Amino acid sequence: MKANLKYNLAWLALMVAVFVLIDACEFFGIINSFIENMLVTIGINIILATGLNLIIGFSGQFSLGHAGFMAIGAYATGIITQNIATPLGFYLSMVVGIAIAMVAALIVGIPTLRLHGDYLAIATMGAAEIIRILINNFKITNGAAGLFNIPPLVTWATVYVLMCLTTIMTVNFIHSRRGRAVMAVREDEIAAEAMGINTTRWKLVAFVFGAGTAAIGGSLHAAYIQTIAPGDFNIMASIAILIIVVLGGVGSITGTFVAAIVLGALDTILQNFGTLRMIIYSLALILIMIFKPAGLLGNWEFSFKRLSQSRKKATVHD
Amino acid sequence: MTSPLLNAQQLVKNFGGLTAVANVSVHFNQNELVGLIGPNDAGKTTLFNLLTGETPVTSGAITLSTDQGVQSLTGKRPTAIAQAGLSRTFQNIRLFKTLSVLDNVRIAMTNHYHDGFFSSIFRTPKYYQTEAAMTTAAQELLAFFNLTDVANQPAKNLPYGTQRRLEIVRALATKPKILFLDEPAAGMNPEETADLTRLIRQIQHDFHITVVLIEHDMSLVMSVVERLYVLNHGALLAEGTPSEIQQNPAVIKAYLGGEPSC
Repeated sequence: MKANLKYNLAWLALMVAVFVLIDACEFFGIINSFIENMLVTIGINIILATGLNLIIGFSGQFSLGHAGFMAIGAYATGIITQNIATPLGFYLSMVVGIAIAMVAALIVGIPTLRLHGDYLAIATMGAAEIIRILINNFKITNGAAGLFNIPPLVTWATVYVLMCLTTIMTVNFIHSRRGRAVMAVREDEIAAEAMGINTTRWKLVAFVFGAGTAAIGGSLHAAYIQTIAPGDFNIMASIAILIIVVLGGVGSITGTFVAAIVLGALDTILQNFGTLRMIIYSLALILIMIFKPAGLLGNWEFSFKRLSQSRKKATVHD
Repeated sequence: MTSPLLNAQQLVKNFGGLTAVANVSVHFNQNELVGLIGPNDAGKTTLFNLLTGETPVTSGAITLSTDQGVQSLTGKRPTAIAQAGLSRTFQNIRLFKTLSVLDNVRIAMTNHYHDGFFSSIFRTPKYYQTEAAMTTAAQELLAFFNLTDVANQPAKNLPYGTQRRLEIVRALATKPKILFLDEPAAGMNPEETADLTRLIRQIQHDFHITVVLIEHDMSLVMSVVERLYVLNHGALLAEGTPSEIQQNPAVIKAYLGGEPSC
């Protein structure tokens, strides 16, 4: 119990330290609005990719529909905060977005999660397209023109805190009895069933959980960027999140962080290269996949616990 | 006279035109050690798959005696059957390969522990209590089977014989009433087989459960089981004690060959 407290405090200290660091840089003007924009994008991408990594990396279900659930969160925030332009309105809209996204994931997941691999990918892609086309045709979502003048209710600090919260919840989920059941489904469905694990149920739990976090990412995106259109949530948006997951390492949350930061920074640095930007970006992706096919970190996770244990072992050996 | 723990009546399984299991009726009693033997392709594993719900039966009925009376398992999903108390190992090992030995065992205990969803994602004291209880129970099981040293290793790194042992431990962790072992000695050397023989006796004795065993290794089968079923070409050929089976002319013919009877 005491040891657990120590590791939890270490994580808390790390999160506070990064917050203070960014805050100080902001105060001394090291971070301009351009870099802040990059940091916020990275933060939102981490939220989105962590949820997708739970679905792909831990439950082993290949989903290509993440942007659809993100769209639900974004539009919930867009519509609600235009009417209630207060921080409370934002959090209310986020909760509504999460709830709708989870219900949608349940409706999509029950029939499609029986499928495997490529078939599931195509089915989830179709589901995301249906969500996008519905948004494109509803009056309340303002059709293809999208929503603009969404009140700016989100700062980098909101994104940072929510990023920490969703990551903590996802990691805690993975390291619980539920997370292990989800990983058993990934490892061997037949064996999992024979051990009394209800595979359909745990796949669905991971899928719905992931969809909920995608909605959080969407809400933050809408409130920070202030303009959203159905086109922002097409298949390319889903693939962009998928790239972060695959590049960081399927099954590694640490890898998702590293990949989101590397790609976010790369994207910003390459802004100066104009049209060459996408070519260099794509080339970087190809090179990483050739030299690190399991992703930057494979399924390795950073852990304070292991760190202190290996240090203890090292001192014993000395 | 108590009714058998598991009773399967006239099980039939057709794969297209092929009848893999034809009209087989078997029963297993409380705390009994039963063997299931037969030449290759006799339908032994298919019968296991039917009993554990892995493949649905074409026809027939399976019932389990519980404290609440007789429960039908016919047509149930493997998950439900496992939860009812039937656990198994696989002929070709099916561990959760990249997960640790400890996690393999803890996964099998999933349904026996309950912590609320929010308590696990926010790590309330309840979460730590549940985790500690699961880990202690898993470690006790691992210690019983001499696997404590490898508890934190990924299952795929274990030697073959140890993987087979872990599969048995994992099946036991579900707290089964009946344990089905599908060729547990396959690929083991004589020394490992001797260990396994001891282990199976110990499991039946210490856990008070019924053990059903498919095995080709006759020295193992004949020395541990109390009763035997012999399958051949999907049909039940004989049933009896090991000594009865060893003298059964039909069984000898099926194994050693002989004049075709028709």
